[in-house]
Amino acid sequence: MSLPTTAPFAITVDVGTSLNNHTGTWRTERPVYLDRLPPCNNACPAGENIQAWLALAEEGDYEGAWHEIMKNNPLPGIMGRACYHPCENACNRKDIDSAVSIHAVERFLDDESRKQGWVPRVPSDLSGKHILVIGSGPSGLSAAYHLRRLGHAVTIYEAGPVAGGMMRFGIPSYRLPRDVVEANIKRIEDMGVEFVLNKKVEDIAAEKEAGGFDAVFLAIGAHLANRAYIPSTDASKILDAVGVLHDMETAEDKPMLGRRVVVYGGGNTAVDVARTAKRMGAEEAIIVYRRNRDQMPAHDFEMDEALEEGVIVNWLTTIKEVGDGGKIMVEKMELDDNGKPQPTGEMDELEADTVVMALGQNVDTEFVGRLEGVEIKDKTIQVDNQFMTGHPGVFAGGDMVPSERTVTVAVGHGKHAARAIHAWLQADSYIKPEKPEIADFDKLNPWYYTDAPETVQEMLDVERRKSTFGEVVEGLDETNALYEARRCLSCGNCFECDNCYGVCPDNAVIKLGPGKRFEFDYDFCKGCGICAAECPCGAIEMVPEEI
Amino acid sequence: MNKPSQRTAADMAPEQKVKFYQKGTFTVGNRLVDADSRNVQSSMDRSNAITSGHRACQGCGEALGARYALDTAMRVTGGKMMAANATGCLEVFTTPYPETSWQMPWMHSLFGNAPAVASGMQAAMKAKGKTDTRIIAQGGDGGTVDIGFGCLSGMFERNDDVLYICYDNEAYMNTGVQRSGATPGGARTATTMPTDADHPGNVFGTGKNLPRIAMAHNIPYVATASVAYLQDLEAKVEKAMSFKGARYIHVYVPCPLGWGCASNATISLARLVVETGMFPLFEAEHGAVTSTRPIRQRVPIEQYLKPQRRFAHLFKSPQGQEAIEKLQAMCDRNIKDYDLLRETEETPA
Ligand SMILES: Cc1cc2nc3c(=O)[nH]c(=O)nc-3n(C[C@H](O)[C@H](O)[C@H](O)COP(=O)(O)OP(=O)(O)OC[C@H]3O[C@@H](n4cnc5c(N)ncnc54)[C@H](O)[C@@H]3O)c2cc1C
Ligand SMILES: Cc1ncc(C[n+]2csc(CCOP(=O)(O)OP(=O)(O)O)c2C)c(N)n1
Ligand code: SF4
Ligand code: SF4
Ligand code: SF4
Ligand SMILES: [Mg+2]
Repeated sequence: MSLPTTAPFAITVDVGTSLNNHTGTWRTERPVYLDRLPPCNNACPAGENIQAWLALAEEGDYEGAWHEIMKNNPLPGIMGRACYHPCENACNRKDIDSAVSIHAVERFLDDESRKQGWVPRVPSDLSGKHILVIGSGPSGLSAAYHLRRLGHAVTIYEAGPVAGGMMRFGIPSYRLPRDVVEANIKRIEDMGVEFVLNKKVEDIAAEKEAGGFDAVFLAIGAHLANRAYIPSTDASKILDAVGVLHDMETAEDKPMLGRRVVVYGGGNTAVDVARTAKRMGAEEAIIVYRRNRDQMPAHDFEMDEALEEGVIVNWLTTIKEVGDGGKIMVEKMELDDNGKPQPTGEMDELEADTVVMALGQNVDTEFVGRLEGVEIKDKTIQVDNQFMTGHPGVFAGGDMVPSERTVTVAVGHGKHAARAIHAWLQADSYIKPEKPEIADFDKLNPWYYTDAPETVQEMLDVERRKSTFGEVVEGLDETNALYEARRCLSCGNCFECDNCYGVCPDNAVIKLGPGKRFEFDYDFCKGCGICAAECPCGAIEMVPEEI
Repeated sequence: MNKPSQRTAADMAPEQKVKFYQKGTFTVGNRLVDADSRNVQSSMDRSNAITSGHRACQGCGEALGARYALDTAMRVTGGKMMAANATGCLEVFTTPYPETSWQMPWMHSLFGNAPAVASGMQAAMKAKGKTDTRIIAQGGDGGTVDIGFGCLSGMFERNDDVLYICYDNEAYMNTGVQRSGATPGGARTATTMPTDADHPGNVFGTGKNLPRIAMAHNIPYVATASVAYLQDLEAKVEKAMSFKGARYIHVYVPCPLGWGCASNATISLARLVVETGMFPLFEAEHGAVTSTRPIRQRVPIEQYLKPQRRFAHLFKSPQGQEAIEKLQAMCDRNIKDYDLLRETEETPA
């Protein structure tokens, strides 16, 4: 202890700083920063990093946001419209007011990309490998895109006259305008992917051999209409849904459906056909479905839109017979205790110019089954966790393999398979990175978010929806899109709100500057846990100290 | 030092000003607003008037409240300020001799005379011609509403140019949680032990509402604040510094030790006390209320009481239940008197 001669009277010790007192020793728990997986990202079948691109969009970096989407999904214009957005069902914001309208922002970004002419990044060096993709639906396109991004040459063989699969010949244009589909596909073509149209593959092994391909990705979808046996005296009156929707696309002979159209089935396809019939001038479009609305596989919003447009549904009804002059015998059903529809014997008559069967689709497994080693089960092609069939070097994905049948799942399969093919070409296999813990709602502190309800997308006038194929749901403008992006809570990942830096009573959080996040000063952190409790997005965890 | 900005409390209240920026609107920093309108606490060059290594308990609301208030005052005055401090936790945990946490001129006096000492400091500065050096006095609720009350009233009456900040943790914490005139009815302290059903903690009907008493002195500025509402607190300190004469800010600061709550509950309790209506946030000028902060998400008083062991006994007897009802009635009364449930424009433009 020094006694400076200049020290005032009665002061015996120099003044020291409390920084000498390392209060970190008091701690029994320590705060740690972590990144948790946002539930939206976790739910996206295409594996988009939604939160990351929303964050870029939120700051007005639309191009950066679009490139972030393109890392995982080559078809944002299509996704922003046709995807059933499971991300939004998972979005934590729904527990505050309503989910972030992720699809609407995605759609806005793709509109913007087409306006501005942004192009995806493509490596200039080629690997020397050449991969054959069979089928140009979303799954084939996604695989081709990702393989091209991984440096491989890709050729697509497509049986149809244009590329796109069900995005072209299934999903009606009032939900998915064709110029959007074309533009999204053109972008892949411009990356150097070769498209060979009107080329139906019959012998996979022979094509692979003939073209000198190193690997094959099959994505032929499920196009064969399911038939239910219904006694009929006039078979010409009975069409199948995929056939009708397909013919809508081939300009010359649009299907003649007549004034009264009965659609049999309860899925999205049934709804699409009924809505299409309305637009083709049918006075009545009646869906006949054997169960009730709760059990209907069609999505609620699609059913709502159909009802708005005047589509009629006969719930709990089956078709028994199609007779002369379009007289249809239907039977009323009732649900038993297990919720299964049972016949009641009560009959009724309907009249129709056309009956359209929308009872699901099957895969054309026959020519695939001829390939050695390929296993077929439940009318689908079996693949392993690398999306490889039993035939080495032949991979498959999309509707033809067992899984949910959506555009987005197909895109996800294509991406995963591309990575697996890339690995297989190097005698390796693709291992998906392990998922971090999910940032559930209970990890958040919702106080810090203002109430900001979802922006409502405008809809086309109902009268016009009944007569034209104009797009039903309108897009967002820039102001709305920005607002929507800013509603994202950034679940599980620090967005530099400065809360932890502010609320620490011990100044034990060090702010590193914009974009650099924060650090704890464990010399002084007492482990009170306020920072973790007050982090809005759940990016801090308290872990016990080893004592 | 940054130059003082021209914000006022009213136009800084986030739900009135920031409409479009949803993400983190209520956070310490909001990177979507202009750098100028962000909180002092979010800046990398805040003065940290109380530096690390102080001996406040884990999660101390007083340490936090004092840093919030003083860093703002430091920013506004460009560092030209000094503080007097009454005895209490804030004084003891920052200056165990020979260490100090203070990063500003600071003077300790006694438990009961901080306002008088501050008046003297102000007079001394005036005598030295340093009229631009501003004086702040600070104390705990005990030092303010009880023993220092006479000095404080005198300072108000003389309208000395001092900002007095009371850090209210609702008891004498430094000496082991004894009741003060600011301890709420029903609360357990070392001197108001709930001994039997007829004595459920601190009695009701006594105690002092010091912000109202300060207003009765007609001083230029009086405000209440809570550590959970940083924007509001900073704006009030800034506003206070724009006045000359006697000013008073009463800051609500939870005490995990004295209240028997988790150390991480400091901010959430400071939020709940406002959202229940128990502690209304308002400003007054020259004796009249000029602004109040509406409740954003109303909650019943139980939600505030339950996380605190000092109220645990209330949930165990009919008499306790009566006490809870009385507390709820106080909230309801505040909500009515201060119009705390009125509509606000929080919705985005
Ligand atoms: C009416 C309807 C509406 C739908 N609406 C939606 C929706 O709104 N949202 C959603 O997510 N999903 C929807 N779906 C499902 C979605 O369209 C499919 O899940 C998706 O298109 C499957 O992609 P895919 O690449 O596996 O196959 P497909 O899109 O079916 O593409 C397969 C391609 O392979 C080609 N092909 C087939 N055989 C051969 C061969 N031997 N040689 C060469 N080429 C061949 C086909 O011509 C076709 O182009 C809908 C489906 C239908 C039928
Ligand atoms: C005249 C006098 N009486 C008693 C004390 C002991 N004493 C020191 S601090 C304190 C209580 C402080 O309570 P409060 O002002 O509420 O501050 P807190 O510690 O709660 O922040 C007491 C009783 C003293 N220092 N001087
Ligand atoms: S709030 Fe944002 S990060 Fe969280 S689930 Fe929704 S979109 Fe994803
Ligand atoms: S608020 Fe500060 S002292 Fe408390 S745990 Fe976090 S860093 Fe540590
Ligand atoms: S409190 Fe804010 S700054 Fe701190 S980790 Fe959480 S999001 Fe990031
Ligand atoms: Mg006290």
